[in-house]
Amino acid sequence: MKKPLRQRIKRDLKMNKSVYIMLIPVLIYFIGYHYVPMLGIITAFQDYKIKLGYFKSPWVGLEHFQRFFGSMYFWRLLANTFSISLKSIVWSFPLTITLALLLNELHNKAYKKFIQTITYLPYFVSMIVVCGLVKDFTKSGGLIANLVGIFTGSSDSLLTNPNYFQSIFVASGIWQNLGYGTIIYLSALSAISPELYEAARMDGAGRWKQTLHITIPSLVPTIVVMLVLRIGSIMSVSYQKIILLYSPSVYEKADVISSYVYRIGLQEGTEYSFSTAVGLFQSVVNLVLIIAANKISRKLTDSSLW
Amino acid sequence: MKRSRGENIFNVFNIIILLIVAFICLAPIWHVFCASVSDPAMLLAYKGLLLKPIGEITMNGYRMALKNGSIVRGYMNTLCYVTSATLIGMFGSVVTAYALSRKDLLLKNQLTFLLAFTMLFNGGLIPTYLLVRNLNMLNTVWAIIIPNCLSVYNIMLLKTSFSSLPDGLIDAARIDGAGHFKTLTNVVVPCSKGILAVISLFYIVQHWNSWFHTAIYVTDRSLYPLQLLLREIVVMNSQSALELAGEDGELSLARELVKYAVIVISVLPMMVVYPFIQKYFVTGVMLGSIKE
Repeated sequence: MKKPLRQRIKRDLKMNKSVYIMLIPVLIYFIGYHYVPMLGIITAFQDYKIKLGYFKSPWVGLEHFQRFFGSMYFWRLLANTFSISLKSIVWSFPLTITLALLLNELHNKAYKKFIQTITYLPYFVSMIVVCGLVKDFTKSGGLIANLVGIFTGSSDSLLTNPNYFQSIFVASGIWQNLGYGTIIYLSALSAISPELYEAARMDGAGRWKQTLHITIPSLVPTIVVMLVLRIGSIMSVSYQKIILLYSPSVYEKADVISSYVYRIGLQEGTEYSFSTAVGLFQSVVNLVLIIAANKISRKLTDSSLW
Repeated sequence: MKRSRGENIFNVFNIIILLIVAFICLAPIWHVFCASVSDPAMLLAYKGLLLKPIGEITMNGYRMALKNGSIVRGYMNTLCYVTSATLIGMFGSVVTAYALSRKDLLLKNQLTFLLAFTMLFNGGLIPTYLLVRNLNMLNTVWAIIIPNCLSVYNIMLLKTSFSSLPDGLIDAARIDGAGHFKTLTNVVVPCSKGILAVISLFYIVQHWNSWFHTAIYVTDRSLYPLQLLLREIVVMNSQSALELAGEDGELSLARELVKYAVIVISVLPMMVVYPFIQKYFVTGVMLGSIKE
Protein backbone atom coordinates (compact mmCIF):
# COMPACT_ATOMS: atom_id res chain seq x y z
CA MET A 1 0.00 0.00 0.00
CA LYS A 2 1.25 3.44 -0.88
CA LYS A 3 1.97 5.83 1.90
CA PRO A 4 0.58 9.38 1.74
CA LEU A 5 2.44 11.70 -0.58
CA ARG A 6 3.85 13.93 2.13
CA GLN A 7 5.45 11.03 3.91
CA ARG A 8 6.87 9.73 0.66
CA ILE A 9 8.38 13.12 -0.17
CA LYS A 10 9.86 13.31 3.32
CA ARG A 11 11.39 9.87 3.01
CA ASP A 12 12.64 10.56 -0.51
CA LEU A 13 14.36 13.76 0.59
CA LYS A 14 15.94 11.97 3.54
CA MET A 15 17.17 9.00 1.51
CA ASN A 16 17.98 10.62 -1.82
CA LYS A 17 18.93 14.20 -1.01
CA SER A 18 22.46 13.70 -2.29
CA VAL A 19 21.19 12.11 -5.51
CA TYR A 20 19.18 15.23 -6.26
CA ILE A 21 22.16 17.43 -5.41
CA MET A 22 24.34 15.45 -7.83
CA LEU A 23 21.70 15.96 -10.51
CA ILE A 24 21.65 19.76 -10.27
CA PRO A 25 24.33 20.42 -12.92
CA VAL A 26 22.70 17.90 -15.26
CA LEU A 27 19.31 19.55 -14.84
CA ILE A 28 20.84 22.97 -15.46
CA TYR A 29 22.26 21.61 -18.72
CA PHE A 30 19.02 20.07 -19.93
CA ILE A 31 16.79 22.94 -18.89
CA GLY A 32 19.28 25.53 -20.09
CA TYR A 33 20.32 24.02 -23.36
CA HIS A 34 17.18 22.12 -24.36
CA TYR A 35 14.14 23.63 -22.65
CA VAL A 36 15.05 27.33 -22.74
CA PRO A 37 15.37 27.18 -26.58
CA MET A 38 11.87 25.65 -26.58
CA LEU A 39 10.68 28.88 -24.96
CA GLY A 40 12.61 30.70 -27.66
CA ILE A 41 10.10 29.29 -30.13
CA ILE A 42 7.92 32.35 -29.40
CA THR A 43 10.27 34.12 -31.84
CA ALA A 44 8.31 32.38 -34.58
CA PHE A 45 5.27 34.51 -33.71
CA GLN A 46 7.26 37.73 -33.37
CA ASP A 47 9.26 39.99 -35.58
CA TYR A 48 12.37 39.33 -33.56
CA LYS A 49 15.10 41.93 -33.43
CA ILE A 50 18.32 41.30 -31.54
CA LYS A 51 18.23 44.81 -30.11
CA LEU A 52 14.68 44.49 -28.83
CA GLY A 53 14.98 40.96 -27.47
CA TYR A 54 12.15 38.53 -26.74
CA PHE A 55 10.20 40.94 -24.61
CA LYS A 56 10.04 44.01 -26.79
CA SER A 57 9.96 42.55 -30.31
CA PRO A 58 6.52 43.11 -31.92
CA TRP A 59 4.05 40.23 -32.23
CA VAL A 60 2.98 39.22 -35.69
CA GLY A 61 0.90 36.13 -35.01
CA LEU A 62 0.96 33.55 -37.78
CA GLU A 63 2.35 35.85 -40.45
CA HIS A 64 5.60 33.89 -40.93
CA PHE A 65 3.75 30.61 -41.27
CA GLN A 66 1.37 32.07 -43.84
CA ARG A 67 4.30 33.48 -45.77
CA PHE A 68 6.08 30.11 -45.73
CA PHE A 69 3.06 28.03 -46.73
CA GLY A 70 2.31 30.47 -49.54
CA SER A 71 5.85 30.58 -50.91
CA MET A 72 7.21 28.46 -53.73
CA TYR A 73 9.75 27.07 -51.28
CA PHE A 74 7.19 25.21 -49.21
CA TRP A 75 6.31 22.59 -51.81
CA ARG A 76 9.82 22.36 -53.15
CA LEU A 77 11.35 21.75 -49.73
CA LEU A 78 8.66 19.27 -48.80
CA ALA A 79 9.06 17.38 -52.07
CA ASN A 80 12.86 17.22 -51.73
CA THR A 81 12.70 16.11 -48.10
CA PHE A 82 10.29 13.29 -48.89
CA SER A 83 12.03 12.32 -52.07
CA ILE A 84 15.47 12.00 -50.45
CA SER A 85 14.09 10.11 -47.45
CA LEU A 86 12.04 7.71 -49.54
CA LYS A 87 14.91 6.98 -51.90
CA SER A 88 17.18 6.26 -49.01
CA ILE A 89 14.60 3.95 -47.39
CA VAL A 90 13.90 2.10 -50.63
CA TRP A 91 17.60 1.43 -51.23
CA SER A 92 19.07 1.05 -47.78
CA PHE A 93 16.53 -1.38 -46.29
CA PRO A 94 16.81 -4.19 -48.85
CA LEU A 95 20.58 -3.77 -49.14
CA THR A 96 21.18 -3.81 -45.40
CA ILE A 97 18.94 -6.82 -44.86
CA THR A 98 20.53 -8.70 -47.74
CA LEU A 99 24.00 -8.01 -46.40
CA ALA A 100 22.94 -9.23 -42.95
CA LEU A 101 21.51 -12.42 -44.46
CA LEU A 102 24.65 -13.06 -46.48
CA LEU A 103 26.86 -12.49 -43.45
CA ASN A 104 24.66 -14.85 -41.48
CA GLU A 105 25.21 -17.58 -44.04
CA LEU A 106 28.98 -17.48 -43.59
CA HIS A 107 30.31 -20.46 -41.69
CA ASN A 108 33.87 -19.32 -41.35
CA LYS A 109 33.88 -17.15 -38.18
CA ALA A 110 37.17 -15.44 -38.96
CA TYR A 111 36.07 -14.45 -42.45
CA LYS A 112 32.77 -13.15 -41.10
CA LYS A 113 34.57 -11.03 -38.50
CA PHE A 114 36.92 -9.74 -41.21
CA ILE A 115 34.07 -8.65 -43.49
CA GLN A 116 32.20 -7.08 -40.58
CA THR A 117 35.23 -5.10 -39.43
CA ILE A 118 35.74 -3.67 -42.89
CA THR A 119 32.11 -2.88 -43.62
CA TYR A 120 31.72 -1.05 -40.27
CA LEU A 121 34.72 1.13 -41.07
CA PRO A 122 32.98 3.86 -43.12
CA TYR A 123 30.61 4.57 -40.22
CA PHE A 124 33.54 6.00 -38.25
CA VAL A 125 34.75 8.31 -40.97
CA SER A 126 33.64 11.86 -40.22
CA MET A 127 30.94 13.48 -42.32
CA ILE A 128 33.40 16.14 -43.47
CA VAL A 129 35.80 13.53 -44.85
CA VAL A 130 32.97 11.57 -46.52
CA CYS A 131 31.74 14.72 -48.23
CA GLY A 132 35.30 15.62 -49.22
CA LEU A 133 35.67 12.20 -50.83
CA VAL A 134 32.31 12.53 -52.57
CA LYS A 135 33.37 15.89 -53.99
CA ASP A 136 36.72 14.50 -55.07
CA PHE A 137 35.24 11.48 -56.83
CA THR A 138 32.38 13.31 -58.53
CA LYS A 139 34.21 16.41 -59.67
CA SER A 140 34.87 16.77 -63.38
CA GLY A 141 37.52 14.16 -64.19
CA GLY A 142 36.99 12.42 -60.84
CA LEU A 143 36.74 8.66 -60.55
CA ILE A 144 32.95 8.29 -60.43
CA ALA A 145 32.39 11.18 -62.85
CA ASN A 146 34.55 9.32 -65.36
CA LEU A 147 32.67 6.07 -64.77
CA VAL A 148 29.32 7.76 -65.32
CA GLY A 149 30.85 9.50 -68.33
CA ILE A 150 31.28 6.15 -70.06
CA PHE A 151 27.48 5.89 -70.24
CA THR A 152 26.49 9.51 -70.68
CA GLY A 153 29.38 10.72 -72.76
CA SER A 154 30.19 13.71 -70.58
CA SER A 155 32.45 13.71 -67.56
CA ASP A 156 31.19 16.96 -66.08
CA SER A 157 30.98 17.41 -62.35
CA LEU A 158 28.06 15.31 -61.08
CA LEU A 159 27.39 17.21 -57.88
CA THR A 160 26.40 20.39 -59.67
CA ASN A 161 23.88 18.50 -61.80
CA PRO A 162 20.43 18.62 -60.16
CA ASN A 163 19.53 15.26 -61.69
CA TYR A 164 22.29 13.44 -59.84
CA PHE A 165 22.39 15.19 -56.48
CA GLN A 166 19.85 13.04 -54.65
CA SER A 167 21.35 9.80 -55.96
CA ILE A 168 24.82 10.84 -54.84
CA PHE A 169 23.47 11.85 -51.46
CA VAL A 170 21.64 8.55 -50.95
CA ALA A 171 24.48 6.41 -52.30
CA SER A 172 27.13 7.98 -50.09
CA GLY A 173 24.80 7.53 -47.11
CA ILE A 174 24.42 3.86 -47.93
CA TRP A 175 28.18 3.49 -48.30
CA GLN A 176 28.66 4.95 -44.84
CA ASN A 177 25.88 3.12 -42.99
CA LEU A 178 25.40 -0.20 -44.76
CA GLY A 179 27.70 -2.31 -42.56
CA TYR A 180 26.75 -0.64 -39.30
CA GLY A 181 23.08 -1.05 -40.14
CA THR A 182 23.41 -4.83 -40.28
CA ILE A 183 24.22 -5.06 -36.56
CA ILE A 184 20.63 -4.88 -35.42
CA TYR A 185 19.59 -7.60 -37.88
CA LEU A 186 22.56 -9.82 -37.06
CA SER A 187 21.69 -9.68 -33.39
CA ALA A 188 18.12 -10.66 -34.22
CA LEU A 189 19.44 -13.49 -36.40
CA SER A 190 21.69 -14.83 -33.69
CA ALA A 191 18.67 -15.06 -31.41
CA ILE A 192 16.96 -17.64 -33.64
CA SER A 193 16.98 -21.03 -31.94
CA PRO A 194 19.29 -23.55 -33.65
CA GLU A 195 16.66 -26.21 -32.92
CA LEU A 196 14.40 -24.67 -35.55
CA TYR A 197 17.04 -25.24 -38.20
CA GLU A 198 17.70 -28.71 -36.84
CA ALA A 199 14.04 -29.60 -37.20
CA ALA A 200 13.88 -28.13 -40.70
CA ARG A 201 16.90 -30.17 -41.77
CA MET A 202 15.22 -33.30 -40.41
CA ASP A 203 12.28 -32.50 -42.66
CA GLY A 204 14.68 -32.29 -45.58
CA ALA A 205 14.70 -28.52 -46.05
CA GLY A 206 17.77 -27.19 -47.82
CA ARG A 207 19.47 -23.92 -47.00
CA TRP A 208 17.31 -21.84 -49.33
CA LYS A 209 14.14 -23.29 -47.80
CA GLN A 210 15.51 -22.70 -44.30
CA THR A 211 16.21 -19.09 -45.15
CA LEU A 212 12.77 -18.64 -46.68
CA HIS A 213 10.77 -20.30 -43.91
CA ILE A 214 12.81 -19.69 -40.76
CA THR A 215 15.36 -16.91 -41.13
CA ILE A 216 13.31 -14.32 -42.97
CA PRO A 217 10.10 -14.79 -40.93
CA SER A 218 12.16 -14.41 -37.74
CA LEU A 219 13.52 -11.12 -39.02
CA VAL A 220 10.15 -9.65 -39.92
CA PRO A 221 9.41 -8.07 -36.51
CA THR A 222 12.78 -6.31 -36.48
CA ILE A 223 12.31 -5.14 -40.04
CA VAL A 224 8.84 -3.80 -39.29
CA VAL A 225 10.02 -1.88 -36.22
CA MET A 226 12.98 -0.39 -38.06
CA LEU A 227 10.85 0.51 -41.05
CA VAL A 228 8.06 2.11 -39.07
CA LEU A 229 10.49 4.14 -36.99
CA ARG A 230 12.43 5.19 -40.06
CA ILE A 231 9.23 6.34 -41.71
CA GLY A 232 8.44 8.20 -38.50
CA SER A 233 11.60 10.23 -38.96
CA ILE A 234 11.02 10.76 -42.66
CA MET A 235 11.18 14.54 -42.22
CA SER A 236 14.71 14.48 -40.82
CA VAL A 237 17.25 14.36 -43.60
CA SER A 238 20.88 14.72 -42.60
CA TYR A 239 20.93 18.41 -43.44
CA GLN A 240 24.50 18.86 -42.24
CA LYS A 241 25.55 16.65 -45.13
CA ILE A 242 23.27 18.53 -47.53
CA ILE A 243 24.90 21.78 -46.48
CA LEU A 244 28.35 20.34 -47.16
CA LEU A 245 27.42 18.99 -50.58
CA TYR A 246 24.95 21.36 -52.19
CA SER A 247 25.45 24.51 -54.20
CA PRO A 248 23.01 27.07 -55.65
CA SER A 249 22.88 25.22 -58.97
CA VAL A 250 21.22 22.18 -57.31
CA TYR A 251 18.98 23.92 -54.74
CA GLU A 252 15.88 22.90 -56.71
CA LYS A 253 16.60 19.23 -55.92
CA ALA A 254 18.87 19.41 -52.87
CA ASP A 255 17.36 22.00 -50.57
CA VAL A 256 15.46 20.47 -47.64
CA ILE A 257 13.58 22.19 -44.82
CA SER A 258 16.47 22.27 -42.34
CA SER A 259 19.09 23.37 -44.85
CA TYR A 260 16.72 26.19 -45.85
CA VAL A 261 16.31 27.17 -42.19
CA TYR A 262 20.09 27.29 -41.81
CA ARG A 263 20.59 29.28 -44.97
CA ILE A 264 18.03 32.00 -44.42
CA GLY A 265 18.50 32.14 -40.65
CA LEU A 266 22.23 31.98 -40.18
CA GLN A 267 24.25 31.69 -43.35
CA GLU A 268 22.92 34.17 -45.87
CA GLY A 269 20.33 36.07 -43.95
CA THR A 270 19.32 36.83 -40.42
CA GLU A 271 15.61 36.22 -40.71
CA TYR A 272 15.51 34.76 -37.21
CA SER A 273 11.75 34.80 -36.81
CA PHE A 274 10.83 33.44 -40.21
CA SER A 275 13.37 30.63 -40.07
CA THR A 276 12.31 29.72 -36.54
CA ALA A 277 8.76 29.41 -37.86
CA VAL A 278 9.89 27.13 -40.69
CA GLY A 279 11.93 25.05 -38.23
CA LEU A 280 8.99 24.83 -35.85
CA PHE A 281 6.75 23.53 -38.62
CA GLN A 282 9.24 20.73 -39.21
CA SER A 283 9.73 19.89 -35.51
CA VAL A 284 5.98 19.63 -34.94
CA VAL A 285 5.39 17.40 -37.96
CA ASN A 286 8.36 15.30 -36.84
CA LEU A 287 6.99 14.90 -33.33
CA VAL A 288 3.54 13.87 -34.59
CA LEU A 289 5.04 11.37 -37.05
CA ILE A 290 7.35 9.72 -34.55
CA ILE A 291 4.59 9.37 -31.95
CA ALA A 292 2.32 7.85 -34.59
CA ALA A 293 5.10 5.53 -35.77
CA ASN A 294 5.74 4.39 -32.23
CA LYS A 295 2.04 3.63 -31.74
CA ILE A 296 1.88 1.67 -34.99
CA SER A 297 5.04 -0.24 -34.18
CA ARG A 298 3.67 -1.23 -30.76
CA LYS A 299 0.41 -2.41 -32.34
CA LEU A 300 2.13 -4.43 -35.06
CA THR A 301 5.01 -5.99 -33.20
CA ASP A 302 4.81 -5.23 -29.48
CA SER A 303 8.12 -3.44 -29.67
CA SER A 304 8.48 0.30 -29.63
CA LEU A 305 10.85 3.06 -28.63
CA TRP A 306 8.93 3.80 -25.45
CA MET B 1 27.40 -33.13 -43.04
CA LYS B 2 27.27 -33.46 -46.80
CA ARG B 3 26.63 -30.35 -48.76
CA SER B 4 24.71 -30.32 -52.00
CA ARG B 5 26.23 -28.89 -55.12
CA GLY B 6 23.90 -25.91 -55.07
CA GLU B 7 25.04 -25.11 -51.59
CA ASN B 8 28.66 -25.18 -52.58
CA ILE B 9 28.04 -22.83 -55.46
CA PHE B 10 26.12 -20.51 -53.15
CA ASN B 11 28.95 -20.54 -50.60
CA VAL B 12 31.50 -19.54 -53.20
CA PHE B 13 29.26 -16.78 -54.56
CA ASN B 14 28.52 -15.54 -51.08
CA ILE B 15 32.20 -15.26 -50.24
CA ILE B 16 32.86 -13.39 -53.47
CA ILE B 17 29.92 -11.01 -53.11
CA LEU B 18 30.92 -10.15 -49.56
CA LEU B 19 34.49 -9.60 -50.70
CA ILE B 20 33.20 -7.12 -53.28
CA VAL B 21 31.11 -5.32 -50.66
CA ALA B 22 34.13 -5.12 -48.37
CA PHE B 23 36.21 -3.81 -51.24
CA ILE B 24 33.68 -1.05 -51.95
CA CYS B 25 33.67 -0.07 -48.28
CA LEU B 26 37.43 0.01 -47.98
CA ALA B 27 38.50 1.27 -51.41
CA PRO B 28 37.86 5.01 -50.94
CA ILE B 29 39.67 5.02 -47.60
CA TRP B 30 42.57 3.02 -49.01
CA HIS B 31 42.67 5.33 -52.04
CA VAL B 32 43.17 8.34 -49.76
CA PHE B 33 45.90 6.58 -47.84
CA CYS B 34 47.75 5.65 -51.04
CA ALA B 35 47.32 9.15 -52.43
CA SER B 36 48.84 10.66 -49.29
CA VAL B 37 52.18 8.94 -49.93
CA SER B 38 52.18 9.11 -53.75
CA ASP B 39 54.24 11.28 -56.05
CA PRO B 40 52.07 14.44 -56.30
CA ALA B 41 52.81 15.16 -59.95
CA MET B 42 51.82 11.67 -61.03
CA LEU B 43 48.84 11.79 -58.69
CA LEU B 44 47.39 14.83 -60.45
CA ALA B 45 47.65 13.08 -63.80
CA TYR B 46 46.20 9.79 -62.51
CA LYS B 47 42.45 9.43 -62.86
CA GLY B 48 41.61 6.01 -61.49
CA LEU B 49 41.26 4.37 -58.13
CA LEU B 50 44.57 3.90 -56.34
CA LEU B 51 45.23 0.36 -55.21
CA LYS B 52 48.83 1.13 -54.34
CA PRO B 53 50.83 4.37 -54.09
CA ILE B 54 52.08 5.61 -57.44
CA GLY B 55 55.56 6.94 -58.00
CA GLU B 56 58.16 7.09 -55.32
CA ILE B 57 56.72 6.88 -51.84
CA THR B 58 56.97 10.25 -50.15
CA MET B 59 56.27 11.44 -46.65
CA ASN B 60 56.32 15.07 -47.71
CA GLY B 61 52.58 15.47 -47.27
CA TYR B 62 52.78 14.41 -43.64
CA ARG B 63 55.94 16.44 -43.07
CA MET B 64 54.25 19.58 -44.39
CA ALA B 65 51.03 18.88 -42.53
CA LEU B 66 52.85 18.44 -39.23
CA LYS B 67 54.85 21.62 -39.81
CA ASN B 68 51.74 23.62 -40.65
CA GLY B 69 50.74 25.89 -37.79
CA SER B 70 46.97 25.82 -38.46
CA ILE B 71 46.82 22.05 -38.71
CA VAL B 72 48.84 21.39 -35.57
CA ARG B 73 46.76 23.92 -33.67
CA GLY B 74 43.55 22.40 -35.02
CA TYR B 75 44.69 18.96 -33.93
CA MET B 76 45.58 20.23 -30.45
CA ASN B 77 42.24 22.04 -30.21
CA THR B 78 40.38 18.89 -31.17
CA LEU B 79 42.30 16.87 -28.56
CA CYS B 80 41.43 19.43 -25.86
CA TYR B 81 37.76 19.68 -26.87
CA VAL B 82 37.30 15.93 -27.12
CA THR B 83 38.97 15.30 -23.76
CA SER B 84 37.06 17.93 -21.84
CA ALA B 85 33.70 17.29 -23.49
CA THR B 86 34.06 13.55 -22.87
CA LEU B 87 35.04 14.03 -19.22
CA ILE B 88 32.12 16.39 -18.60
CA GLY B 89 29.78 14.10 -20.51
CA MET B 90 30.90 11.00 -18.64
CA PHE B 91 30.54 12.66 -15.23
CA GLY B 92 27.05 13.92 -16.06
CA SER B 93 25.99 10.63 -17.63
CA VAL B 94 27.22 8.46 -14.77
CA VAL B 95 25.53 10.62 -12.16
CA THR B 96 22.27 10.78 -14.09
CA ALA B 97 22.26 7.08 -14.89
CA TYR B 98 22.88 6.27 -11.22
CA ALA B 99 20.01 8.53 -10.16
CA LEU B 100 17.61 7.02 -12.69
CA SER B 101 18.61 3.51 -11.69
CA ARG B 102 17.62 4.15 -8.05
CA LYS B 103 14.33 2.33 -7.77
CA ASP B 104 13.16 4.35 -4.78
CA LEU B 105 13.72 7.75 -6.36
CA LEU B 106 10.37 9.53 -6.17
CA LEU B 107 10.82 11.70 -9.26
CA LYS B 108 12.39 8.94 -11.37
CA ASN B 109 9.69 8.83 -14.06
CA GLN B 110 9.37 12.59 -14.27
CA LEU B 111 13.13 12.97 -14.68
CA THR B 112 13.26 10.24 -17.34
CA PHE B 113 10.53 12.02 -19.27
CA LEU B 114 12.32 15.35 -18.93
CA LEU B 115 15.41 13.84 -20.56
CA ALA B 116 13.72 11.60 -23.13
CA PHE B 117 11.46 14.37 -24.42
CA THR B 118 14.51 16.29 -25.65
CA MET B 119 15.15 13.43 -28.08
CA LEU B 120 11.75 13.94 -29.68
CA PHE B 121 11.41 17.69 -29.75
CA ASN B 122 13.74 20.64 -29.54
CA GLY B 123 13.64 24.36 -29.90
CA GLY B 124 15.33 24.21 -33.25
CA LEU B 125 18.44 25.65 -34.79
CA ILE B 126 17.67 29.35 -34.52
CA PRO B 127 16.36 29.55 -30.93
CA THR B 128 19.38 27.51 -29.78
CA TYR B 129 21.73 29.79 -31.68
CA LEU B 130 20.04 32.87 -30.21
CA LEU B 131 20.43 31.38 -26.71
CA VAL B 132 24.17 30.87 -27.17
CA ARG B 133 24.42 34.35 -28.66
CA ASN B 134 22.44 35.98 -25.87
CA LEU B 135 24.64 34.26 -23.30
CA ASN B 136 27.63 35.87 -25.04
CA MET B 137 29.11 32.43 -25.65
CA LEU B 138 29.79 32.89 -29.37
CA ASN B 139 33.49 32.41 -30.10
CA THR B 140 34.21 30.86 -26.71
CA VAL B 141 35.44 27.40 -25.82
CA TRP B 142 32.15 26.85 -23.96
CA ALA B 143 30.14 27.08 -27.16
CA ILE B 144 32.25 24.20 -28.47
CA ILE B 145 32.32 21.94 -25.41
CA ILE B 146 28.95 22.36 -23.73
CA PRO B 147 26.43 21.78 -26.56
CA ASN B 148 25.62 18.09 -26.95
CA CYS B 149 28.04 17.11 -24.17
CA LEU B 150 25.32 14.92 -22.64
CA SER B 151 23.62 12.33 -24.79
CA VAL B 152 20.31 11.02 -23.52
CA TYR B 153 20.89 7.87 -25.53
CA ASN B 154 24.17 7.16 -23.74
CA ILE B 155 22.59 7.95 -20.38
CA MET B 156 19.84 5.41 -21.04
CA LEU B 157 22.37 2.75 -22.04
CA LEU B 158 24.30 3.35 -18.82
CA LYS B 159 21.11 3.33 -16.78
CA THR B 160 20.11 -0.05 -18.19
CA SER B 161 23.51 -1.41 -17.25
CA PHE B 162 23.48 0.09 -13.73
CA SER B 163 19.96 -1.27 -13.13
CA SER B 164 21.15 -4.77 -13.90
CA LEU B 165 23.69 -4.71 -11.05
CA PRO B 166 22.48 -6.88 -8.19
CA ASP B 167 20.40 -4.88 -5.69
CA GLY B 168 22.21 -6.52 -2.80
CA LEU B 169 25.49 -4.97 -3.84
CA ILE B 170 24.23 -1.41 -3.54
CA ASP B 171 22.06 -2.09 -0.49
CA ALA B 172 25.06 -3.57 1.31
CA ALA B 173 27.11 -0.47 0.65
CA ARG B 174 24.21 1.73 1.81
CA ILE B 175 23.78 -0.30 5.01
CA ASP B 176 27.50 0.03 5.69
CA GLY B 177 26.83 3.74 5.82
CA ALA B 178 28.17 4.78 2.43
CA GLY B 179 26.51 7.87 0.99
CA HIS B 180 25.21 7.89 -2.57
CA PHE B 181 28.35 9.48 -3.95
CA LYS B 182 30.55 6.94 -2.22
CA THR B 183 28.35 4.06 -3.36
CA LEU B 184 28.63 5.37 -6.88
CA THR B 185 32.40 5.80 -6.90
CA ASN B 186 33.33 2.73 -4.84
CA VAL B 187 30.74 0.16 -5.90
CA VAL B 188 28.83 1.04 -9.05
CA VAL B 189 31.68 2.49 -11.12
CA PRO B 190 34.21 -0.30 -10.43
CA CYS B 191 31.56 -2.89 -11.27
CA SER B 192 30.75 -1.25 -14.64
CA LYS B 193 34.18 -0.69 -16.18
CA GLY B 194 33.23 -2.34 -19.48
CA ILE B 195 30.15 -0.27 -20.23
CA LEU B 196 31.89 2.90 -19.01
CA ALA B 197 34.70 2.31 -21.49
CA VAL B 198 32.18 1.81 -24.29
CA ILE B 199 30.19 4.94 -23.47
CA SER B 200 33.33 7.06 -23.28
CA LEU B 201 34.38 5.76 -26.68
CA PHE B 202 30.93 6.64 -28.06
CA TYR B 203 31.44 10.16 -26.73
CA ILE B 204 34.98 10.35 -28.11
CA VAL B 205 33.89 9.33 -31.62
CA GLN B 206 30.95 11.76 -31.49
CA HIS B 207 33.07 14.73 -30.41
CA TRP B 208 35.98 13.89 -32.68
CA ASN B 209 33.75 13.99 -35.75
CA SER B 210 31.41 16.83 -34.76
CA TRP B 211 31.64 20.09 -36.64
CA PHE B 212 28.28 21.73 -37.21
CA HIS B 213 27.65 23.55 -33.94
CA THR B 214 31.26 24.74 -33.92
CA ALA B 215 30.79 26.09 -37.43
CA ILE B 216 27.78 28.12 -36.31
CA TYR B 217 29.08 29.37 -32.98
CA VAL B 218 32.76 29.98 -33.73
CA THR B 219 34.32 32.30 -36.29
CA ASP B 220 37.65 32.78 -34.53
CA ARG B 221 40.05 30.63 -36.53
CA SER B 222 42.41 30.08 -33.62
CA LEU B 223 39.64 28.07 -31.94
CA TYR B 224 38.95 25.87 -34.97
CA PRO B 225 38.97 22.11 -34.40
CA LEU B 226 40.50 19.84 -37.02
CA GLN B 227 37.14 19.06 -38.67
CA LEU B 228 36.52 22.71 -39.56
CA LEU B 229 39.97 23.00 -41.12
CA LEU B 230 39.24 19.80 -43.01
CA ARG B 231 36.04 21.35 -44.27
CA GLU B 232 37.99 24.24 -45.73
CA ILE B 233 40.65 21.99 -47.21
CA VAL B 234 38.65 19.08 -48.60
CA VAL B 235 35.07 20.30 -48.98
CA MET B 236 35.46 23.95 -49.89
CA ASN B 237 38.83 23.42 -51.56
CA SER B 238 39.89 26.74 -50.12
CA GLN B 239 43.27 28.01 -51.27
CA SER B 240 44.13 30.01 -48.20
CA ALA B 241 43.28 27.50 -45.48
CA LEU B 242 46.75 26.07 -45.21
CA GLU B 243 48.75 29.27 -45.63
CA LEU B 244 51.41 27.29 -47.45
CA ALA B 245 54.36 29.21 -48.81
CA GLY B 246 56.27 28.38 -51.99
CA GLU B 247 56.26 28.52 -55.77
CA ASP B 248 52.90 28.41 -57.51
CA GLY B 249 53.27 25.09 -59.32
CA GLU B 250 54.90 23.49 -56.33
CA LEU B 251 52.12 24.87 -54.18
CA SER B 252 49.25 23.18 -55.96
CA LEU B 253 51.17 19.90 -55.87
CA ALA B 254 51.89 20.33 -52.19
CA ARG B 255 48.29 21.20 -51.45
CA GLU B 256 47.07 17.99 -53.02
CA LEU B 257 49.42 15.88 -50.89
CA VAL B 258 48.75 17.75 -47.66
CA LYS B 259 45.02 17.40 -48.25
CA TYR B 260 45.24 13.62 -48.28
CA ALA B 261 47.74 13.52 -45.42
CA VAL B 262 45.44 15.60 -43.22
CA ILE B 263 42.50 13.30 -43.98
CA VAL B 264 44.58 10.30 -42.92
CA ILE B 265 45.78 12.03 -39.76
CA SER B 266 42.21 12.94 -38.83
CA VAL B 267 40.69 9.54 -39.54
CA LEU B 268 43.47 7.41 -38.06
CA PRO B 269 42.60 7.72 -34.35
CA MET B 270 39.01 6.58 -35.00
CA MET B 271 40.23 3.64 -37.12
CA VAL B 272 42.48 2.61 -34.25
CA VAL B 273 39.78 2.99 -31.61
CA TYR B 274 36.87 1.30 -33.26
CA PRO B 275 37.98 -2.35 -33.40
CA PHE B 276 38.08 -2.18 -29.60
CA ILE B 277 34.44 -1.17 -29.31
CA GLN B 278 33.27 -3.34 -32.17
CA LYS B 279 32.10 -6.15 -29.95
CA TYR B 280 30.03 -3.70 -27.91
CA PHE B 281 28.22 -2.24 -30.92
CA VAL B 282 25.39 -4.67 -30.37
CA THR B 283 24.74 -3.20 -26.92
CA GLY B 284 24.69 0.22 -28.44
CA VAL B 285 22.20 -0.36 -31.19
CA MET B 286 19.83 -2.74 -29.42
CA LEU B 287 16.27 -1.58 -29.60
CA GLY B 288 14.24 -1.10 -26.49
CA SER B 289 17.14 0.16 -24.45
CA ILE B 290 15.23 3.36 -23.90
CA LYS B 291 12.00 1.60 -23.18
CA GLU B 292 11.02 1.27 -19.56
